[in-house]
Amino acid sequence: MSRIYSNINTKDPIYKKRYEHNKKLLNKVNEIKEEVQKGGSLKAHEVNKKRGKLFCRERIEKVLDKASPFLEIAPLAAYNIYDDNVPSAGIVTGVGRISGKEVMIIANDQTVKGGTYYPLTVKKHIRAQQIALENNLPCLYLVDSGGAYLPMQDEVFPDRDHFGNIFYNQAVLSSKGLLQVALVAGLSTAGGAYVPAMCDQTIIIKEQGAIFIGGPPLVKAATGEVVSAEELGGADVHTRISGVADYYAVDEEMGLRKVREIFAHFPNCKKYELDRVAPVEPYYDPDEIYGIVPETTETFYDVKEIIARIVDNSEFEEFKDRFGQTVVTGFARIGGYLTGIIGNNGVIFPESSTKAAHFIELCCFRKIPLIFLQNITGFIVGKKYEHQGMPKDGAKWITAVSTANVPKFTVIIGNSYGAGNYAMCGRGYNPRFLWMWPNAKIAVMGPNQAADVLCQVKINQYKRDNKILSEEEIKNIREPILEEYRNKSEALYSTARLWDDGIIDPARTRQYLMLAIELSLNKKYDEVNFGIFRM
Amino acid sequence: MAFSGCNKKRILVANRGEIAIRIMRSIRELGHTAIAVYSDIDKFAPHVSFADEAYYIGDNEALKSYLNIDRIIETAKKAKVDAIHPGYGFLAENPLFAENVQSSNIIWIGPTPKAMFKVGDKIRARSLAEASGVPVVPGKLLNNNIDPLLAAAELGYPVLIKASAGGGGKGMRIVRDEAELLNSINLAKKEANASFADPTVYLEKYIEEPHHIEIQILADQFGNYYYFPERECSLQRRYQKIVEESPSSFIDRDKAKTLGLSAVNLMKKAGYTSAGTVEFLVDKNRNFYFLEVNARIQVEHPITEEITGVDLVSNQIKQAFGEKIIFYQEILNNIKGHSIEARIYAEDSENNFIPSVGKIEFYKEPSLLNVRIDSGATKGTEIPIYYDPIISKVVAKGEDRSQSLNKLYLALSNYHIYPIKTTVAFIMNIVKHPKFRDGVYDTNFINKHFNELLQVQEDEIPLAIACYHFLSSQGVMTGGDLTHEKLLLNCWESLQGFRG
Repeated sequence: MSRIYSNINTKDPIYKKRYEHNKKLLNKVNEIKEEVQKGGSLKAHEVNKKRGKLFCRERIEKVLDKASPFLEIAPLAAYNIYDDNVPSAGIVTGVGRISGKEVMIIANDQTVKGGTYYPLTVKKHIRAQQIALENNLPCLYLVDSGGAYLPMQDEVFPDRDHFGNIFYNQAVLSSKGLLQVALVAGLSTAGGAYVPAMCDQTIIIKEQGAIFIGGPPLVKAATGEVVSAEELGGADVHTRISGVADYYAVDEEMGLRKVREIFAHFPNCKKYELDRVAPVEPYYDPDEIYGIVPETTETFYDVKEIIARIVDNSEFEEFKDRFGQTVVTGFARIGGYLTGIIGNNGVIFPESSTKAAHFIELCCFRKIPLIFLQNITGFIVGKKYEHQGMPKDGAKWITAVSTANVPKFTVIIGNSYGAGNYAMCGRGYNPRFLWMWPNAKIAVMGPNQAADVLCQVKINQYKRDNKILSEEEIKNIREPILEEYRNKSEALYSTARLWDDGIIDPARTRQYLMLAIELSLNKKYDEVNFGIFRM
Repeated sequence: MAFSGCNKKRILVANRGEIAIRIMRSIRELGHTAIAVYSDIDKFAPHVSFADEAYYIGDNEALKSYLNIDRIIETAKKAKVDAIHPGYGFLAENPLFAENVQSSNIIWIGPTPKAMFKVGDKIRARSLAEASGVPVVPGKLLNNNIDPLLAAAELGYPVLIKASAGGGGKGMRIVRDEAELLNSINLAKKEANASFADPTVYLEKYIEEPHHIEIQILADQFGNYYYFPERECSLQRRYQKIVEESPSSFIDRDKAKTLGLSAVNLMKKAGYTSAGTVEFLVDKNRNFYFLEVNARIQVEHPITEEITGVDLVSNQIKQAFGEKIIFYQEILNNIKGHSIEARIYAEDSENNFIPSVGKIEFYKEPSLLNVRIDSGATKGTEIPIYYDPIISKVVAKGEDRSQSLNKLYLALSNYHIYPIKTTVAFIMNIVKHPKFRDGVYDTNFINKHFNELLQVQEDEIPLAIACYHFLSSQGVMTGGDLTHEKLLLNCWESLQGFRG
């Protein structure tokens, strides 16, 4: 493979400006992340501490192997969404190593609304389970939740991807032979009682954990019986009398130690042997990414400069480099693993579509995972291209992406607009992970186009009433539309709604991908099975 | 068994670590009984478990154990030993100890106390060299009767001003130009006075780009003297050798012979028996000067053993019991191949080589053809603060220099010690350094290239593998085949501490 030749001049004032701009964007995200990772209010923490309980993030740190990475999923979920502050959607999810196994950890945050489930809490919980299912990961549930957030029960309980789906997933995961372990470190009430009950092995902590279908207040209301939580469904009850839990822990330390023991005795499965050589760091410093990415997403930049700062030794074997150049395709290694990379250098043309479809076929037949570096405004429009059959060629690509049998990983490094999002493996195309850079934008089309379209609609309405709008009036209509549209295209807006798995530090994209590829090896890569390609 | 019977001797090794094991190996091979001694912290040390018998000799501080003459003699008597081998360091060059051993009717495996006395002191050794026609570094003591300018001119610039009483570089100054001389002498005197309360200084010819080359000598009690191919020991850090090779690529066979004969002359003059080493400085024009005698078996003796096939320690033992030693000097001169040794110390190269003490949690030695490891450590061994932090020596032998260097590199890259810091990676960087590979280096090499030598490239790999093996052995990690060529660490192991 040959090394990418970089044209970046780090002494250039534009480089420096971009560097500072992007660092600032990242710092903003990091600051929010830091705040959010503190969990609930100080008061809630005090109460938690008084009960002798650990903060859910402390539990995670304690249960992980020494120096294990922790790949957190969507830490900024629910950011600025609810009237209440619900940091991280009240649940911490992520992958880490426990006793040498890669484990999906799902931990309720008791300090955030008592660990109750908001709509986005459910969505995040289910997303974590989906990742586990797709990557064959065992799960650990650190249970400490009051169950559904009742004021929003209509958005939490009834639908397909709501509360019930959590237990459905547990059963399915278990049926795939994936260990499900629960440590009941707090309340596990009502529907929530099924989280530990549906697990293969469950630990409950003395005078701290409690599992019941109806808590003491409900029991009193229903039957008049007065009973303490410990008597009703405490550790002693469930490990000695009911058998709902399997292990009795006197405190959290012991409980977490037990978790590690359980995972240590779970057989290790053989990983898929993806082609690999010894890893080498990129030749070009990933830190330079900050100086490459422009301040506005309208400005073009060469995706190969980014590839050079992600892949081993900056080596990239480009496929069809002279054809359909608005799509960049090629093979490279990340952490030693062979990967196929697809990036954008402009709007999609018919030939770039067929090129990308061709490349995806290559990767699928060779069982090489695919990485999408998304910076796409959309497909080309105009009479010429419609006549050429743009949708037909676009469909080839979308068919290929949808039915690709290999793991896909998507990083949005700029724009993610319209059908470009589909072709470049947006959320709807089930990438194993999808991350955004702080500068990324996502929407059905660019803000200017959207504002123009919406304005045109308004103008036409007035026209029908024979009213002609002045420039000023048009501007007054357009500006707020543009403003709102821009806000809703931001990475923070996206990540809060779990359209992605998190906003990541661009300079560390390589590490995220390494961990993700490694996780994907827990599951055998499937055989090729494409749909019909419209020819 | 041929070994048993009345010739079976009991030999005590008054040392620890790799050298104790090395010596006990020869003792065993000769059919004798190897007896170890140990301090508190060494109770479970490898040299103790290797021995046939082991005796406790006291607290951890060397003065109370390995340097405790009375205690060792007492132990030797109690254990009814026939002979004592002191190894290197500790009491090896202490004539008092040797005398005590002999007066206790125990055989001393080493030079006679008398010979030791003659060669042990620097000033006596220097006059001994002069008397045997061996060149010494020209020098002059500066007293009131001597004109320093004249003296310096006689020696030829550059000259070195040294404090008579001192060491450690205090009061030492290099003068390259006559104009600086008087001022420098005054400053040196002040410094010497401040440090040693003695302003006496002397002038010495400054040897530029010096090589440190030494000759191994073996002698029996019948006047047979042999010299061995020279050892090039110029690679030093903090005035201590770290890599040695034989033969030297700096001098030719004729020069080596000249050095060898000079060394024999000097040792004959001293009436020296057993194994010993004569050290020389060789300047850039290949003039050589006597430096000192090491009246003991040396750390770097294995490279000589490897290229000549002579077991120096066995011969030391044999001659001590009065056996004649018969070699053909010509055969010893006619060497084939090349050997190189890397000293593996528990120390932090990045931190001025301070000792890195603690417990070795993971230990895995390379296993390669013609690579010899003299080690005093294994998994679980404590590297104590009380003693020299040497762990082991890796000795590679090849048909030529380039092969033995490659072999050493390969061996080091498969040597895994965790979590204490070692000189492994640092030496790997030395071995692959172009200047070193070309054989172009002198005693300034490490100082000159220090930063390059610290650079960690793929040499991080051994540590990574060591971590991997260690953590796997702890049940923390599982899965995956691992070889050096294909370092395929799971990314969840290699990206330690990642948060995101």
